Amino acid sequence: MSASGWIGKPVPRVEDGRLLTGRGNFIDDHPPVANLCHAAIVRSPHAHARILGYDLAAARAMDGVIGVITGADVAAACRPFGVGVTTPVHYYPAATDKARFVGEPVAVVVARDRYLAEDAAEAVVVEYEPLPAVVDPEKALEPDAPVLHEKVGSNLAGHRRLVYGDPDGAFAAADVVVRERFRFPKYGSTPIETYGVIARWDALDGVLTVWSNFMGPFIMHPLVARVLGLPENRLRFIVPPDIGGSFGIKSSIYPYLALIGLAAMKLGVPVKWIEDRREHLLASSSGTDRIAWREVAAREDGTILGMRFKWLDNVGGYIRSPEPGCSFRPTGNFVGPYRFQHLEVDASVVMTNKSLTGPNRGYACGHLYFETERMMDLLAARLGLDPVEVRRRNLIGVESFPYRTPTGGLYDSGDYARTFQTALEVAKYDELRRDQAAARAAGRYVGIGLALAVDPSVSNMGYVATALDPQFRAKPEYLPKSGAVDSATVKIDPLGRVIAILGTTPQGQGHQTIVSQIVATELGVEPADVTVVDEMDTFTRVWSISSGTYSSRFGSVGTSAVALAARKLKAKLVAYAAHLMNAPAETLEFRDGGVHRKTGTGAAYSIKDLAGRAHWNTESLPDGMEPGLAATAVFGFTGARAVDAEDRVNSSNTYGFIAEVMAVEVDPATAAVTILKYVTVHDAGTIINPMIVEGQIYGGALHGLGGALYEELAYDDDGQLLTGTFMDYLVPTASEAPEIEIAHVVSPSPLTTLGSKGLGESSSMTVPAVIANAVSDALRPLGIGITELPMTPSRLHALIQTARAGQPA
Amino acid sequence: MSEPVAVRLTVNGMPREGRCAPRKLLVDFLREDLALTGTHVGCEHGICGACTILVGGEAARACLMLAVQADGAEITTVEGLMTDGVLHPLQEAFRRHHGLQCGFCTPGMLLTALDLLRVKPEPTEAEIREGLSAVLCRCTGYHGIVKAVQAAAPVLRQRASGGEGGMGSPRGPRG
Repeated sequence: MSASGWIGKPVPRVEDGRLLTGRGNFIDDHPPVANLCHAAIVRSPHAHARILGYDLAAARAMDGVIGVITGADVAAACRPFGVGVTTPVHYYPAATDKARFVGEPVAVVVARDRYLAEDAAEAVVVEYEPLPAVVDPEKALEPDAPVLHEKVGSNLAGHRRLVYGDPDGAFAAADVVVRERFRFPKYGSTPIETYGVIARWDALDGVLTVWSNFMGPFIMHPLVARVLGLPENRLRFIVPPDIGGSFGIKSSIYPYLALIGLAAMKLGVPVKWIEDRREHLLASSSGTDRIAWREVAAREDGTILGMRFKWLDNVGGYIRSPEPGCSFRPTGNFVGPYRFQHLEVDASVVMTNKSLTGPNRGYACGHLYFETERMMDLLAARLGLDPVEVRRRNLIGVESFPYRTPTGGLYDSGDYARTFQTALEVAKYDELRRDQAAARAAGRYVGIGLALAVDPSVSNMGYVATALDPQFRAKPEYLPKSGAVDSATVKIDPLGRVIAILGTTPQGQGHQTIVSQIVATELGVEPADVTVVDEMDTFTRVWSISSGTYSSRFGSVGTSAVALAARKLKAKLVAYAAHLMNAPAETLEFRDGGVHRKTGTGAAYSIKDLAGRAHWNTESLPDGMEPGLAATAVFGFTGARAVDAEDRVNSSNTYGFIAEVMAVEVDPATAAVTILKYVTVHDAGTIINPMIVEGQIYGGALHGLGGALYEELAYDDDGQLLTGTFMDYLVPTASEAPEIEIAHVVSPSPLTTLGSKGLGESSSMTVPAVIANAVSDALRPLGIGITELPMTPSRLHALIQTARAGQPA
Repeated sequence: MSEPVAVRLTVNGMPREGRCAPRKLLVDFLREDLALTGTHVGCEHGICGACTILVGGEAARACLMLAVQADGAEITTVEGLMTDGVLHPLQEAFRRHHGLQCGFCTPGMLLTALDLLRVKPEPTEAEIREGLSAVLCRCTGYHGIVKAVQAAAPVLRQRASGGEGGMGSPRGPRG
């Protein structure tokens, strides 16, 4: 076995056996408590309406009904959730005074089974006074727009103008300035398993236990405790071992943990609620829809001097934490892979009568890079440069790492030029251009797109405070926030069996497999010899505010904690063996599952041997050694600092890189987009399991493609959702999935134990950009440039028709 | 609500029986009354395909059928694919080709693929993609799934020609 052991090997997944045979343990599968009752949620049919009253008599009288709670109960029992801005937005787990989007919970009916609960939910009468609705973020800021939150006084939840360097100077010095306006759509990731919550209230102990497929961050634990008025040590969150996909969406389940928890507390029965698909599309979570204005200042040779971003992010009826992460999560990597130093960001976060937003795979980076990479192509076109050339001239050089961005990011490692070059070579870019020229000459619409992106992983909790004014952050009573930590425990039982215990919440990323590879490598055993227990329980696991499985953090911070815990345990085994062998520890080494003399002579102690002795005979331990063979490591990034007075923040902790090339053909008659070639090259540092990494890239790319071509939570002007089923909300199927050519460049991170970085969001953040650039390039002869997604056939067709009408016959 | 009625059916080769309300969905009956939680519910409107099972050897959405409609039927669920502790060749191919991540769509994907390979034992890649478009997966980008079905097809053909039966193997439509 080499030093790298099982690292870098496509080890088959531990998880697959149970999942392939129907023995998974998802939230809906196994009731953890007896006598569960079932909830159905009554939701607002209005986008904006005052709630005048409830008539619950009929529902309460129905067969099997345990009880009903309403927004009035919520208002009486709960505090509003803390929000990430200083404006007085009062967000409760259910509507209390007004409903502000279609699908907002207004009441919860609990009955003996779900069928009866839904019958009774139909019988709940809520009296509404419908109010005018607004769904467009620009219209929502007009003076005569209906105001959602009277206490706020307008629909602006927050606004920040961030200035880095001297953007005005950069624009004044520019040879060219390119401007464009973009629209990015509202879409989610619609995991096939919906939300699920089970809550049990133990009135005697005063403990509320909530099982759910919540993925973290566990900052939401104290948040929910505060809403319910419970001490944090009386609120227990448990997450079952299997979650049926999430992609960020299940971080936003937390209001339901409070709502179903309250129902269990009020009604005195354990309550289970499984969200249905219509509820999911109506009211779970999505990314924001955004209107963006972009400006690039550049020299004639293509050198970018500065940029201006202006954003209107639409967070829906309330601003729900961790929003406005939609604007600020990428703060440290606002500049992407480019060297420019001068940037102005004008970010407005607007509330409208749409469903609420939150993290969705790539959290705001899909928006960011769609805009930036479209601008790079527009700049190239303006200067008559190849899009490759304009990017090359602005890339951060390999000699600059670690690289501090003007916005406070610390890019830990990378070789952007080489990665980009790899993508061009794999795609045979020059050949593609020749083929394109021939196709164009034949009247076909073939285009080539490029996209580059810095792929941030492991959010630093500190970024959320970028939303707050520096004066506010400077107040003595303001407590700064920062951090990105994860923990792991590795232990050895008396028979020498290795067990690793995590508190992460994987949703298909294969943590058990990855951890078994790491621990097996560290301890010199087989992965199959390592049992990995991965079930989050806030009462038993070592966890922190930033715990959870989100922002691509496990591959970076979780793996580091696991490796450190194994190394701590290994050091203890060596020290113990040194005592038994009466030899200095430095003359010994740990290899092949045991402690040996470096000389290779004399007796060796296997793990099993050491474990048996240590557990059965504590007298054999050296003086001062703590009994027990277990080690817990908590790994945290020291670069995760609070946002500074100049709004600079290292918003993530490891930063990978993505370079992509795509060729498409657009059929001018049907507006169908066919992908002819798609190459994606990733640098995520050390790869632990290439099979799992590839899986993440394929999945991420298809999420990006969905958002670029098909998926949109579309609303009419009255705030009614038009895409409330999978018949209307179009998820890509196997027939739409393109062939993908994947390559890797490896620049190990100096900050993580194994050199690995996160990669879970991957191409979800680049595909909208690369395909928009490819389609724009294809339609260049018609003068069409894509500024709005999704590029549905009807939208593209209209663009083509308009362009053709304007052309001479 | 109407009185419960008896539902008798064969599931994974075993006679099973339960009593449920006439309006109860087959998928809820399988999960709640027969404790076969391997069949998952993803949309309850027949699009996502997570609840796909075999009824009389043909793929069907368990969320679009009532339990009472399945009275007397022969049903295969994901729990019935493995025999004697050995994975079905299709399950084995999914494992080898990373055809699953979260595993939630997997039961429906497996039974849909099995039906596809029964109807088209030698499918082209386009036919596989078309056949699998009946089930939505949000994790894999379908890449590993398509590879798995491609890899399993010749194994299943060989099994069929060798006369080796086994759960979920091609039996011809409706017995």
